[in-house]
Amino acid sequence: MNRHPCLEKLARFQSLLALVLMVMALSLASPNFLTVENILNVLRQISINVCLSLGMTLVILSGGIDLSVGSVLALSGAVAAGLLKNGLALPWFNLLVQFTVPGAIVAGILVGAFLGGLNGLSVTSFKLPPFVATLGMLSIARGFTMLWTGGFPVTGLGDTFGRLGTGHALGIPTPVWISALLVVVFIGLTRRTRFGRHLYAVGGNERAAILSGLAVPRIKLMVYALGGALAAVAGLLVTARLDSATPNAGLGYELDSIAAVVIGGTSLSGGRGSIFGTVLGCLIIGVLNDGLFLLNVSPFWQQVIKGVVILAAVAMDKMGSRKD
Amino acid sequence: MTPPDSHRIGPISPMGPINPIPALEARNIAKSFPGVRALDGVHLTVRSGRLNALLGENGAGKSTLMNILAGVFPPDTGEILLDGRPVQFANPRTARAAGISIIFQELNLVPHLSIAENIFLGREPRTRLGLLDYTRLNREAAALLAELELDADPRTPVGRLRVGAQQVVEIARAVSFRSRFIIMDEPTSAITEHEIAVLFRLIKRLKERGTGIIYITHKLDELPQIADDITVFRDGRFIAAKPFAETSREEMVRLMVGRELKELFPKTSTPGTEEVLRVSNLSLRHPERAGDFAVRDVSFSVRRGEVLGLFGLMGAGRTELFHTLFGLHPELASGEISIEGQPVSVRSPRAAIAAGLALAPEDRKGEGLVLLQSVAENTTLACLAQCSRGGILQPGRELALTRGYVERLRIRTPSLHQAVRYLSGGNQQKVVLAKWLATGPKVLLLDEPTRGIDINAKKEIYTLIDELARSGLAVVMVSSELPEILGIADRILVLAEGRLTAEFPRGAATEEAILHAALPGNRN
Repeated sequence: MNRHPCLEKLARFQSLLALVLMVMALSLASPNFLTVENILNVLRQISINVCLSLGMTLVILSGGIDLSVGSVLALSGAVAAGLLKNGLALPWFNLLVQFTVPGAIVAGILVGAFLGGLNGLSVTSFKLPPFVATLGMLSIARGFTMLWTGGFPVTGLGDTFGRLGTGHALGIPTPVWISALLVVVFIGLTRRTRFGRHLYAVGGNERAAILSGLAVPRIKLMVYALGGALAAVAGLLVTARLDSATPNAGLGYELDSIAAVVIGGTSLSGGRGSIFGTVLGCLIIGVLNDGLFLLNVSPFWQQVIKGVVILAAVAMDKMGSRKD
Repeated sequence: MTPPDSHRIGPISPMGPINPIPALEARNIAKSFPGVRALDGVHLTVRSGRLNALLGENGAGKSTLMNILAGVFPPDTGEILLDGRPVQFANPRTARAAGISIIFQELNLVPHLSIAENIFLGREPRTRLGLLDYTRLNREAAALLAELELDADPRTPVGRLRVGAQQVVEIARAVSFRSRFIIMDEPTSAITEHEIAVLFRLIKRLKERGTGIIYITHKLDELPQIADDITVFRDGRFIAAKPFAETSREEMVRLMVGRELKELFPKTSTPGTEEVLRVSNLSLRHPERAGDFAVRDVSFSVRRGEVLGLFGLMGAGRTELFHTLFGLHPELASGEISIEGQPVSVRSPRAAIAAGLALAPEDRKGEGLVLLQSVAENTTLACLAQCSRGGILQPGRELALTRGYVERLRIRTPSLHQAVRYLSGGNQQKVVLAKWLATGPKVLLLDEPTRGIDINAKKEIYTLIDELARSGLAVVMVSSELPEILGIADRILVLAEGRLTAEFPRGAATEEAILHAALPGNRN
């Protein structure tokens, strides 16, 4: 029986092993793969998904799911862009509030956190299943994005804001720095704080958590709000990168995010998984996309292959945990 | 999947036995679960038209064997013989097709479906158009209920029945299969004296019809009326099998327990004088049956260092009483609770813990532990504030605290980081105790603290309860095992249908008196 904990450790290395094998195979298959430029490119491309998936990991660890992140990303990005460009008109007071870049960024993140908080309230106060609550928010936030932008992209946001998406420091793109910093913070949050421990307990056995006196609704609310805030960060990065907040931004991103979390070994039933695994999951998806592109595989086949990888990852995970 | 004709003749007797013995036999069955060896080479034979009473304490492996015979899960080793031929059951359906049905101790009914729908679930009579034939369904169910003398409309949703009546429905379902062998797992654990008498008459008729019955119980008083043979298990091992006529009550107890009761219950604590918990007129409205109460006007108190035993049959409201005390039903509960003389308002488990209560729940895996988490993580779950500063965990403190409890409670684990699901039942229960002791409680509520753990672990739990009482903790222990409650409680309260029906000081209680007070409908 003492074999099982070892097997669990092995299971965590499965995705790492898969990543290493992929990198090795692609380096042999394409001379353009293992170059500093391409690696940085992959990292920059996945930084959006990393931000989304950090939040998604927390939500899934707590035993929930968040389908609304793509829409929340779009609305937060659009609000930040709109405020930055046009300011906020308050006709009652005959005022036009102008926003600086930091002001717009904070406003965008607050919008994300607020929308996530609403998800949390639906789940805790109205007892809606997370799937349904966030499915509703997926539609609502997308609708508000359309209303806010009138269906047209908001462009011309200025260089200062744009550097958030296109800048470099020490040769490494700014979005990579930001997502790496967030990864470190969230590894700490999940492993070293009371909140993180409670999160695993709620996802692992909600009933036991309630009976142990944990403030389960508050923990869940917090998780969804954090998920929303991280989606907003992703929204800011996308908007800054393109110098444009498009109403269709982030469409379908929730699926890539859930895929990354699942490939990283986090259990969809909650209570088991890690931020580190999710980062691996993001890397695997990123390297796969990049490699298939370099090998000139048709984008249609790329989708098929990605789906197969997701199924294989979860099937291996299931086989690993069904042993007992 | 095993083909439906899986009970074909085995390789040992290719021609088939010449004179098949109409019997169901389990031979040398072994079964292990993670952390516990549930069965270790047991045998059981029941013949057509006879009743074999399977005796043993909780954790003896009785229910595990029943699940194997009913096809719920396969044995690790050993074989099942039906009329002398080896058979294998892939699932309960194939077992039933072979003529074996089971009345589970836990109710397996769908509460929103009617009595008739439950009885014929999965084999509902249909009209020629393939639609449900409700007329026939209800008519046949009514006939079964009449046979069992249950006065209820077959169209009543099962959730509206009291637990005892639900158990009768469960019996009706098993009988309706007209199986050759019926397994009854503690069928009298929630029903009234009248219902027991009806059941015993039914058993007699079934035996006359040639049905073989395996009857699991630990109520020895029932046996003279129904038993033909007895089989005794202990700690997953086969101990004895003999005709009922050739044994005695004393012998059966000795075979079941395997040692003197005194040895098992080291009772050294004596209650203090200071009252710690007082409960007045505690009531809980029934969550499903409007106008009914799951707990009704319960008042009692516990003193420092006292072990208060709370006995009740299934459905008596024991767990509900604890849940109410622990603030799990704030909308449905009424009554007053005071701790050390101070009235407290307990409207959530959080408030209950803050007031000094701790609850080790009956369902250890479902409610007590986070199975994926480690010994340390589970131990500190309810007191994490002690092991963190400003929300940041202090692993050193956490491990030191856990190590202290692992030593004090003698928890056997390879490491503090071991996931608790790999521990044995007894050690899991100790981790639950550690979690609660770490919150510094004044009153410890224990709901069936020895359910499903082996006899040695039980003894350790009894010793721990005694130690805790000696250190001044007030302990309230719910148990459905009479020897256990008689062995360690200073005082015994009996609960029936949500009310307190009797109170006995230590020494004045007998099994008969407690059981009498616990039966539904015996209110004084």
